[in-house]
Amino acid sequence: MIRTKKTAGDWKPCAVTGICDMTNRQRMNIVIVGHVDHGKSTVIGRLLADTGTLPQGKLEFVREMCRKNAKPFEYAFLLDALKDEQAQGITIDTARCFFKTRKRDYIIIDAPGHIEFLKNMITGAARAEAALLVIDAQEGIQENSKRHGHLVSMLGIKQVTVLVNKMDLVAYDKNVFGSRQSAYTDFLKQLNVVPVSFIPISAREGENITVLSGRMKWYKGHTLLEQLDEFEPEKILADKPFRFPVQDVYKFTQNNDDRRIIAGTVAAGSIKPGEEVVFLPSRKRAVIKTVEAFNEPPKLSAHAGDATGFTMATQVYVRPGELVVAATDPAPQVGSRFKANIFWMGRAPLIKNKVYKLKLAATRTTVRLVEITQTIDSSDLSIQEKKNQLDRHDVAECVLETAKPIVFDTAHDCETTGRFVIIDNYEIAGGGIILEASSVEGSILEEHIRQRENIWEKGLITSFRRSTKNGHQAKFIIFSGAVGVGKRAIAKKLEEELFAHYSNVYYLGIANIDRGLDADITGSRDNLEERIRRLGELARIMTDAGLIFITTIDNADDYDLEALKLLNEPNEIVVINVGENELSHFQVDLALPASVDPSRAVEQVIKMLKSKEVILEYYL
Amino acid sequence: MSDHLSKLEAQSVYILREAYREFKNLCMLWSIGKDSTVLLWLARKAFFGHVPIPLVHIDTHYKIPEMIKYRDRLALEWNLNMVYGENREALEHKLTFPDGKVDRIACCRNLKSEALKHTLSGGWPRYRMDHQQKKYVLDTNKEPYTGVIVGVRADEEGSRSKERYFSPRDINNEWDVGDQPPEFWNQFKTDFAPGTHVRVHPLLDWTELNIWEYIERENIPVVSLYFDQGKGKRYRSLGCYPCTKPVDSTANTVKEIIAELRRGKFANIAERSGRDQDKEDGGGLETLRRDGYM
Repeated sequence: MIRTKKTAGDWKPCAVTGICDMTNRQRMNIVIVGHVDHGKSTVIGRLLADTGTLPQGKLEFVREMCRKNAKPFEYAFLLDALKDEQAQGITIDTARCFFKTRKRDYIIIDAPGHIEFLKNMITGAARAEAALLVIDAQEGIQENSKRHGHLVSMLGIKQVTVLVNKMDLVAYDKNVFGSRQSAYTDFLKQLNVVPVSFIPISAREGENITVLSGRMKWYKGHTLLEQLDEFEPEKILADKPFRFPVQDVYKFTQNNDDRRIIAGTVAAGSIKPGEEVVFLPSRKRAVIKTVEAFNEPPKLSAHAGDATGFTMATQVYVRPGELVVAATDPAPQVGSRFKANIFWMGRAPLIKNKVYKLKLAATRTTVRLVEITQTIDSSDLSIQEKKNQLDRHDVAECVLETAKPIVFDTAHDCETTGRFVIIDNYEIAGGGIILEASSVEGSILEEHIRQRENIWEKGLITSFRRSTKNGHQAKFIIFSGAVGVGKRAIAKKLEEELFAHYSNVYYLGIANIDRGLDADITGSRDNLEERIRRLGELARIMTDAGLIFITTIDNADDYDLEALKLLNEPNEIVVINVGENELSHFQVDLALPASVDPSRAVEQVIKMLKSKEVILEYYL
Repeated sequence: MSDHLSKLEAQSVYILREAYREFKNLCMLWSIGKDSTVLLWLARKAFFGHVPIPLVHIDTHYKIPEMIKYRDRLALEWNLNMVYGENREALEHKLTFPDGKVDRIACCRNLKSEALKHTLSGGWPRYRMDHQQKKYVLDTNKEPYTGVIVGVRADEEGSRSKERYFSPRDINNEWDVGDQPPEFWNQFKTDFAPGTHVRVHPLLDWTELNIWEYIERENIPVVSLYFDQGKGKRYRSLGCYPCTKPVDSTANTVKEIIAELRRGKFANIAERSGRDQDKEDGGGLETLRRDGYM
């Protein structure tokens, strides 16, 4: 089935030669970007036509249409014509074109040049393994040529080829090509992008697309088609330190399955059963027991790119969002402040003092903008005057702070754990790559508490007078532990027992604030931090009133408890853990077994409270 | 991890796990066709032999009977949480194309889009496989599904090639093709406003050939309608019998189908060309899909 008349040189479409090896075909995604009117569509149209990828008669049809309407034929029209065919099921989209060479299958992602379609450009480009940047030989490097270069660099696309198009308009002049090449090379260098190649082409005339041009004999490099086949598939990061973001933890009990599987996709490196790993930020340690799989023989190792799961030799309780690293590998960063390059696509600007959601690999947390260190004008990389917010399409270097310490790498060390997205109003509104950890001189929370305490208006009663009269100290008592271990029964019993001797004790059923104080918070998982903040502020007031304030929290982690401790300052907290202690470094005041008899438990709690002089011996 | 099928598998598994993690009320649509059956298999891969997500089938009552038999056999064998829904009113009032009362597009809209919309929202009755009784009983769960996993592929036809992995649907089930969320670095739209839901597309990057190669590699059972039964015809895409036509082919094994596709036998014929509703209205499927069709 021969589909077009022109097939260049020794290259033939597979369908013609019939010698394509169609088994185990590799597929590569290539993004093509460029300033408006620099000829992107013409390049794609020409590529499809010259590789015989067009449907039968399509080229002739478009030529005929042009003749009828008395306008010169352009290869770019082919793309428009193909759009009309979508309903009939030909696999061409404005954004994605498919074609094959002898070596592999390609998807050419046509990224919109207009700034309004930035999020589509990013979506397309982020899927690509290589990028073609098109610049006009006559017009030279334009604003979008630079902006696109910048984004390609931020998105982490390593292989870039620059097509200097419309060489026919500059009489195929070697010097024009040379000056475009050196100017753009200099620009890209500032972005740490080193192009694989520069190719002088004329898409309209088909020069250097599939065969070397007779009009540019001075050019000895690859044709565009050869260059595509030269791009290398994404490298598997097998020799890097092991990084495994915990996507989820599964315990499916059906059919007596007793495996507890830590599931996720290996971001970098590899691991084998028997190796010791560390979970971060919880710092728990364990040894890999098995690499799990379905419908496959047991695996002896897991490598970068594998969507897999592990069981551990000893039981560890970890949450999704932690990062597993090999004990012997260089450790990633653990911290709550970092410096990053951010591009913003949100309708509303990125502002300070607003809480956003951050997703970094499997981690979800809340984040605030601390500072914009510099805003970069994408078009010339000049540093703009200091801004207070990031507007749509801005790129800037910023300092961010998460509510809890998170684990990350710099994007340079590991891409998957070094880049993140920011969610605003349910939408992915920005993306960022981490440049370095930033030292914290007091977290936002600490700063908040310092300011709060500075202006805290006190009544005439001091806390000393209050506790003397009450006969006990004010305290915030938290029962922590897993769901269903009997925390509430003990907490209520404790309230009753203390109430018999002291009046100023109050048990708060945590569900009551879910439906009251926290009723405006939706989506339980992500807004845990805001719930914790409100509970902490509430405790600050309750303990200021001199109360022994008792509540329970399911599955609190170290950072939740640390935040509550801070928020309740200057008053103190007491933490009693019931059942399995899942905390790694927070020191609890008392540990009780699961399902302990509430009366027995309360005896122990009271003993502990006495030893801490929260309540005084002689009052009982 | 170097071969292309393992890469596709890993990405789909990642997406399935991401959906399972992020959506409380998640379901997976199972049309009984080869794609959504591969999807079901990938779920077993992702969850290590389990399928912790309800499977929803929209029964138009015009499906080829063998499909329903195959559905219920696997539901029991693989211990699936199998749910089906239907547009009972349209069926009772015979507002269907085979009954001659409406055209193909309206029939699809009634029996599929509407049934799907109200089954997902929980507004119409759902029927759940009771594994003890081995039959369907009225499902007491009426909560709306907020995440819906669908086995569409970008290479099937134009409108699907514009899809995202996580694709939001508004409160009226509508899809805004012109304003889709950005998607990069394996981070997807998993946050959504109340009343809206998200379609999840783990198979977006797979081609028809990839699907058959994977069925062969994993030895996945598919319904026999895909194979020639001696009449020189087989189905390439399955749907309701009044609107689905087989193609000329003598392939009667998975291997032969793969060979046929590799030879480029159907290179210029759309996979869904046997599905008549696509041809109406100059672009039936995109029209249908904006309104909530798969």
